[in-house]
Amino acid sequence: MTHSVWEAPETGELPLSLTVNGVQRHLTLPVQASLLDTLRERLHLTGTKKGCDHGQCGACTVLVDGQTHLSCLTLALSCEGREVRTVESLAGEGGALHPMQAAFIEHDAFQCGYCTPGQLMSAVACVETGHAGSEGEIREFMSGNLCRCAAYPQIVAAVRSVAGGQGEQP
Amino acid sequence: MRPFAYRRVEDVAGAVGQPGEGHRFLAGGTTLIDLMRLDVERPAVVTDITRVPLAEITEHEGGVRIGALASMTQVAEHGLIAERYPALREALLASASQQLRNMASMGGNVMQRTRCPYFRDVAFPSCNKRDPGSGCGARAGHHRKQAILGTSGACIAEHASDASVALVAYDAVLTLQGPGGEREVPLREFNLLPGDTPQVEHDLREGELITALTLPAPIARSGVYLKIRDRQSYEFALSSAAVVLRVEGGIIGAARVALGGVGTVPWRSPEAEAALTGQPATLETFQTAARAALAGAEPLEENAFKVPLTERVIVRALMQAAGVDA
Repeated sequence: MTHSVWEAPETGELPLSLTVNGVQRHLTLPVQASLLDTLRERLHLTGTKKGCDHGQCGACTVLVDGQTHLSCLTLALSCEGREVRTVESLAGEGGALHPMQAAFIEHDAFQCGYCTPGQLMSAVACVETGHAGSEGEIREFMSGNLCRCAAYPQIVAAVRSVAGGQGEQP
Repeated sequence: MRPFAYRRVEDVAGAVGQPGEGHRFLAGGTTLIDLMRLDVERPAVVTDITRVPLAEITEHEGGVRIGALASMTQVAEHGLIAERYPALREALLASASQQLRNMASMGGNVMQRTRCPYFRDVAFPSCNKRDPGSGCGARAGHHRKQAILGTSGACIAEHASDASVALVAYDAVLTLQGPGGEREVPLREFNLLPGDTPQVEHDLREGELITALTLPAPIARSGVYLKIRDRQSYEFALSSAAVVLRVEGGIIGAARVALGGVGTVPWRSPEAEAALTGQPATLETFQTAARAALAGAEPLEENAFKVPLTERVIVRALMQAAGVDA
């Protein structure tokens, strides 16, 4: 059965290949490295934030194969061959803001901004995966992203505006 | 986090047979990585099973077979689950957050560890589950969220999974693959009461991997999961109930009642089911069943509120399932 096992000979550093924001990356990492630390410390993509580092605050939210994941609870080595999208992927050519980024500014959806990269990734996924049909649905989809400045009503308004505002009232 | 030896496997054959002591499987990682960072879990070897093809959800003899690596989101959004097991869908959607539901596997959910703070924080000296023989910090300390059913002198830690509550109500059976072959264990028997050995939580033998969860055809297609918590979303249950009723001509032909947030294991209540079966689907019957379910509760000072709360949760869930107004 060893043919199917890829095994670390010792607890050292191991190779990882994955796609981050459309770019193929090849790294060598300590086994215990999280995806979050790898993005920030090795790839210098510091937009993704470390809040609690225990999967409770959502500041580290990124997309893995199109779904929101907590990068702090994701072992980097488990992302072999996967596609990761971070907040840095949102803006277009020449820094043109993604519609969700523009909506967050328009609706004043942050104060200190620390949770904003994670909020944006959840918000983009909320609309892309069709979970922005109502205020209640948006609030449930976004409940894993805490905002200590309590900008929640404005965040919901921003998501609704991008989704087209066609959702029913709560 | 302490370093460990990392294995990545592509199939079940490669996964099973690792020595149990100091070994952990990595699936969604939402419990394991968290507890490793807290230094509660200290595996010497981690086997990454995220690439093993075990995520299929298929029709199975009038029921459904769920691959152990299917995510909570995948199961919640599957048409067969919505159609036949609505209480499971509701329980999954009321669990954790969207990110955690996207990551967490169904097999991992069944293996989810308690949220008891005395277990999770190694600064506390007393936890029989983490350090057998060290005492129970929660019994003498803060225990508002801990269990009132199935407790022992050694441990009152609550079982945190919502999905498991619905799964035991639907008579889920686990398929376990070990080095010596495959066996099936009902989820009700898989979760072990703490007794004097709260560190032993599951009927899981050395080297075994959960490969599937099978749900038999449900007794009825209506089912309710009602969850009461401190916040409306992204919070564990203070009390919850999964109920399934088959009502014919106003009489309850069959009933399934399971409770969450109150047991040391996902708590099936044969007492409530016996009080319901053959009785008229009325408020009085539901109240009798709710009292029967809590008759054996052993609350402590801070969690005594869970007794009347849970009785009301059961009654309300039964009323919803039966379509009965107060």
